Amino acid sequence: MSSGLVYAVVGVLLFVLGAAGMLLLPHLLRKILAFNLLGSGAFLILVGLAQRDGGVDPVPHAMVLTGIVVAVAATALALALLRRLHALSGRTQLADESADE
Amino acid sequence: MNDPVYDVAPWLVLLPLAWAGLAFVWGPGRGARLALAGTALQLLLTLRLAAELLSLGGRRHAVGGWGAPLGIDLAVDGLSMTMLLLTQAVAFAVFIYARAYFTDRSADGDGHGARNHFWPLAGFLLAAMNALYLSADLFNLYVTLELLGLAAVGLVAAGGNAAQVSAALRYLLVSLLASGAYLLGVALIYGSYGTVALSALPLMSADAPLAVALAAALMGVALLLKTALFPFHFWLPPAHGGAPAPVSALLSALVVKATFYLFLRLGLGLFAPLGETIAWLPGLLGSAAIFWGSWQALRAQRLKMLVAYSTVAQLGYLFLIFPLLAPDGLALQAGVMQALSHGLAKAAMFMTAGVFLQVSGRDAVADLAGVAGRLPVTLFAFGLAGVTLMGLPPSGGFLAKWLLIDAALAQGRWGWAAVVIAGGLLTALYVFRVVRQAFASTEARPPLAPVPRTLEWTAFALAAASVLLGLRGMEVLHLLDVGAAS
Repeated sequence: MSSGLVYAVVGVLLFVLGAAGMLLLPHLLRKILAFNLLGSGAFLILVGLAQRDGGVDPVPHAMVLTGIVVAVAATALALALLRRLHALSGRTQLADESADE
Repeated sequence: MNDPVYDVAPWLVLLPLAWAGLAFVWGPGRGARLALAGTALQLLLTLRLAAELLSLGGRRHAVGGWGAPLGIDLAVDGLSMTMLLLTQAVAFAVFIYARAYFTDRSADGDGHGARNHFWPLAGFLLAAMNALYLSADLFNLYVTLELLGLAAVGLVAAGGNAAQVSAALRYLLVSLLASGAYLLGVALIYGSYGTVALSALPLMSADAPLAVALAAALMGVALLLKTALFPFHFWLPPAHGGAPAPVSALLSALVVKATFYLFLRLGLGLFAPLGETIAWLPGLLGSAAIFWGSWQALRAQRLKMLVAYSTVAQLGYLFLIFPLLAPDGLALQAGVMQALSHGLAKAAMFMTAGVFLQVSGRDAVADLAGVAGRLPVTLFAFGLAGVTLMGLPPSGGFLAKWLLIDAALAQGRWGWAAVVIAGGLLTALYVFRVVRQAFASTEARPPLAPVPRTLEWTAFALAAASVLLGLRGMEVLHLLDVGAAS
């Protein structure tokens, strides 16, 4: 098993864990953490799969750097919104708004 | 004039970024004129680009002269050009409306926070959308998707009340989950082919590695989630129905179209062979969206929720085209025409909802009683937009549905044509529900706040444009024949 494949397999595990967390956990902070786990998984897969020829391929590295910047910005926005929601309504979960209204 | 500086494409991204940044530095609530001037310039540049495209064919631009794979390439073809035109045109009208909407101090209640942050966020939104339409590689598309999502979430949350923040958070989490899945798809594609440039990727063949099929599934689901196709529509009504009217207009008319464009582009290109085997799935989900969205629109208590559920239904039509895609191009034309006419009509409809909200301070459908005599222009605009959504001639919506039925009958597939017709009837029901209420006589005539005429007439102009589009539609669709630059 090459090191690249190990990275990819671990990445898939992290991605699935993160996706499950985002879908199943009710607490918003946990959802946001799960998103970061999911993102890390995708980055690992990107770096791992791109090391096929033994050499280092710079393009996925650049992609992962860009992706990290995006993930940090998104996390910051999500945390700010969560704080605002908590300050306004005291809730840390999304209310289950049914289909109407 | 061959200097790259004179190339239009990068300016379509730089201009909105520039005026959005300036508006942000300028301070809360400022920058409306700047935004209007910038968007007018973008509209002119887009028209020039369309003329270039018609005479010279598809264009490419290597940003900074670097060129792919190291640099970023921008590319325009007929499909992206039509979407760019729609984006600038609707945004320009919405901005004229928004300037009057947000400076009016007298009424409403949902505009206070949004007034402060609308212009910078709208600029970033436009920059992200233009960049998305111009992008030529999968990873760049991921970045633009994220930028678009973040700007849109910001606009939903800008009003600042608990319901809006809650809707924005839900929207953000859905958007992030979808982007994560899309990114994993990009990773798998890069791992399989060693490139993400759309022009360099081979068409997915039958013996493609399993990773590519998995990537197709991940990216497909991600884009459907972001486009809010049934059953992934749950986040859309609170986000679109709860935001201030100009924001709802931008989101419903433009933002969901951007992800649809990407779904269409990948379905026609990279994943086309796969699409032929499972094309019935988006078609089926689209049909379900038409019925479910229309049913919810019929039941909605608030006007803006009604219009938001109407968006869920109308998005369904966009996905009906996938089972009908054929070399004759009829279904593709139908899809693009539906995207254009729905964009114009839905923006107009949310703008009229904003006018009703501003004059009465209330948003319930029941409160519209007697509004016909007092706001005839606005009600007429609502009716015209409804004509497009129902698909009555000569509107753009009629042309779209006609082409769709034509494509279905040409292939002898009556079922899809029946869905289109049934959907039109359901649309008529919820549009007439509003119009009937507006004509109802009422004893109580609560005082109506005065409303700036700009609000009424910009909504009217967009609604009229959506109807007139049907007369000139085939000429617009000629743009689609322009292929990509080699």
